[in-house]
Amino acid sequence: MKRPNAFLLSILIGTSSVVGAEPTAFVGAKIIPVAAAPIDNGVLLVEDGKIVSVGASVRVPGNASVVDVAGMVIMPGLVDTHSHIGEPAGGDRSSPIQPEARVLDSINVRDAGFKRALAGGITTVNLMSGSGHLMSGQTIYVKLREGNSIETIAYKKDDGSVDGGMKMANGTNSRRDPPFPGTRAKSASLVRQEYIAAQEYVARIERADGDPEKMPERDLAMEALAEVLSGERIVHHHTHRHDDILTVLRLQQEFGFRVVLHHVSEAHRVADEIAAAKVPVSLIMIDSPGGKLEAQYLDFESAPALERAGVNVGFHTDDYITDSRFFMRMAALGVRAGMSRDTALRGLTLAGAEMLDLDDRIGTLERGKDADFVILSGDPLSVYSRVQQTWVEGVKRFDINDPEDRAVAEGGFGALQPSYVHEFHGYEEGH
Amino acid sequence: MTYLHKSLLSLLLLGLCISGQASDIVVRGDVIYTAVGEPIDDGVVVVRNGKIVAVGPAGDVSIPNGLKVVNAAVVTPGLIDAHTVVGMVGYLSQDGDQDQLERSAAIQPELRAIDAYNAREPLIEWLRTFGVTTIHSGHGPGEIISGQTLIAKTTGDTVEEAEINPVAMVAATLGEGAVMSGDGARNSPGTRGKVAAMLRTELLNAQNYAAKISAAEGNSDKEPPTRDLKLEMLARVISGDLPLLVTAHRHNDIMTALRIAREFDIRIVLDGAAEAYLLLDEIKAAGVPVILHPAMARAGGERENMSFTTAEQLINAGIPTAFQSGYEAYVPKTRLVLFEAAVTLAHGLTAEQALAAITIDAAKILGIDNRVGSIEVGKDGDLALYDGDPFEYTSHALGTIIDGVQVSDTVK
Repeated sequence: MKRPNAFLLSILIGTSSVVGAEPTAFVGAKIIPVAAAPIDNGVLLVEDGKIVSVGASVRVPGNASVVDVAGMVIMPGLVDTHSHIGEPAGGDRSSPIQPEARVLDSINVRDAGFKRALAGGITTVNLMSGSGHLMSGQTIYVKLREGNSIETIAYKKDDGSVDGGMKMANGTNSRRDPPFPGTRAKSASLVRQEYIAAQEYVARIERADGDPEKMPERDLAMEALAEVLSGERIVHHHTHRHDDILTVLRLQQEFGFRVVLHHVSEAHRVADEIAAAKVPVSLIMIDSPGGKLEAQYLDFESAPALERAGVNVGFHTDDYITDSRFFMRMAALGVRAGMSRDTALRGLTLAGAEMLDLDDRIGTLERGKDADFVILSGDPLSVYSRVQQTWVEGVKRFDINDPEDRAVAEGGFGALQPSYVHEFHGYEEGH
Repeated sequence: MTYLHKSLLSLLLLGLCISGQASDIVVRGDVIYTAVGEPIDDGVVVVRNGKIVAVGPAGDVSIPNGLKVVNAAVVTPGLIDAHTVVGMVGYLSQDGDQDQLERSAAIQPELRAIDAYNAREPLIEWLRTFGVTTIHSGHGPGEIISGQTLIAKTTGDTVEEAEINPVAMVAATLGEGAVMSGDGARNSPGTRGKVAAMLRTELLNAQNYAAKISAAEGNSDKEPPTRDLKLEMLARVISGDLPLLVTAHRHNDIMTALRIAREFDIRIVLDGAAEAYLLLDEIKAAGVPVILHPAMARAGGERENMSFTTAEQLINAGIPTAFQSGYEAYVPKTRLVLFEAAVTLAHGLTAEQALAAITIDAAKILGIDNRVGSIEVGKDGDLALYDGDPFEYTSHALGTIIDGVQVSDTVK
């Protein structure tokens, strides 16, 4: 935060050098915990970057700062399962399958996209390379805390490595001149061949049984795919047409990887098949069908159809396809098409967290979870509402009353220039 | 169906049935926003022969017997998309049906929109479903002068049936959009200075052409110039008969548009205008209206400095302003002015202002407010029906009426 706000400043001056270490109570708002029914006039108590309690009658400790948010609405920070902010780049034009390429090695943490996302209430993003490959590389899950390097803002696994998935695509975008595939069948056969190679790589490791002499040589592509086969690394799969969706499910069945279907224009046509496969879907709601062949039958109806079928449904921005500042609109359009309100709000938060395997940390307002939340002027599904503040791990990262933040939220001359001032050392590493 | 045809049809039917014609309808709304004046609670609109014959509170309007009656929570005028390329481009972005832009030359005002417009393009129905009844479509941005535009209703099987003005404006582009990269077959114009020089040269040619025609009129000694489709069209711009629709986003390009308009004393309409908020005084002084870029357009390239507050700033400065769906090369293939106007409501615009920018104010800018844009007696029976606040994300479009005919009953 370039300009410490008065509230945080008072904490800093008061007692502690660690931002957010003191308890803070947000009082008077309607709270939508997502994990439970909405609470009118609730209290959200936050301490040391975590949620301490949420409820209608929460005991506020005497040393807590109290923030009056009467008339506002508080909901969990939004989880965008598919975004291209921060200039993520994976594989190049040399081949259609490049699991060794990491977007980790490309992210520009000063990109204005991060500020736009915060202005839209987003606190966690899955940053992905594009859909112009069958497999374009490793994605990265990012917490929108202040940070001067990608390592400081990436989610980390228990072993300290950065957390992320694997980007795949089928359909039209990954079809082009050789060595890229020219047909759908070729696309599937190339992918199958690659997974078979990975299965054999894993089998060689298992046969080695810890004997270094028998271990295969390290192979970056195979190592990444081994993580996919083990279920540790989730596949995030671009797919639109009904038969392409079923092709993903067929490959998933054959190789047993975990997958999230992304975009899924024709989900409404194969909702039952998706439900039977127990595969989650991250939808994008686009203002008209078409634009390309595979989005010909895109329909808002996918949102309620998937809900009725019992599929875990979330949403994503695909920023720059849609702007992160309008992410909540996705859920609202789902409701417009007939989705329930609860499922739509879950789709912006907990569903996305589940799709990234981060639901133990984020996605709801519950005791023990990260203090990632959004304060809104009104109902999250209303066009009249605006994000007032976005908090990440108990730190205010967006404030509509900060002129620079407001400029990001609204646009204007120079408002979306990359950030040049980015010094902050209030966090421990290793989140 | 043209209006003439409809009139003939109604004459034929007059003796045959005593109740309503196909183009007769009664619409009742819990609230009717006419776009001119106060909303009418529990209101009624009566359309006969495709034209509005009565509007007012239910108690004050006598409803003829036997007419089809439809009800809705909210009724507005049919919406107007003040600039789109829907109908000019196939919605699947396939080569061979993207007719909004011809790249063979920088200045081609002779290209008629009516020779490309596909009245059966699926996205026209898409717009119609959400209440859009009139669109200003045609050649898009991307060359100094890309061609002509037309105004059409979102109904009809042919352009002849759909159009209400076959030649509305001449589409021009300034700035990066008109500058060639040099990668393709052409590398000129390669700079902003060259773009302006080429446009001024052609307008000068048109001035001379028009002068020669005037000189030859009534003077048998003087030969009129050979007919030239390009100069004929630009001569209509020079005479003030047609406005030049100038797509310009950056402040310097907007100023160039105003400069050239002043030099040639021509009518222009600013299109896009992402940085218009920097030039409120200049635009207002020039008396130029603005067809603003979609609010949810991507904030990149020439639009990198766009603001969601631009609509509010323009309108409250007294500058005539309308919304457009714009041109999209990928997804979404078209936007909806209903949604674009809606998102400005959180950024300073009132619902009444937003509605005006997609109805009556758009009609005025397009020069069709004698026919459409408001619910007033004598205007076309174009209405949009909603089950709640039309701008709210979770409301639904219930139906659309064009010339008194219900052309959509899809709930969307």
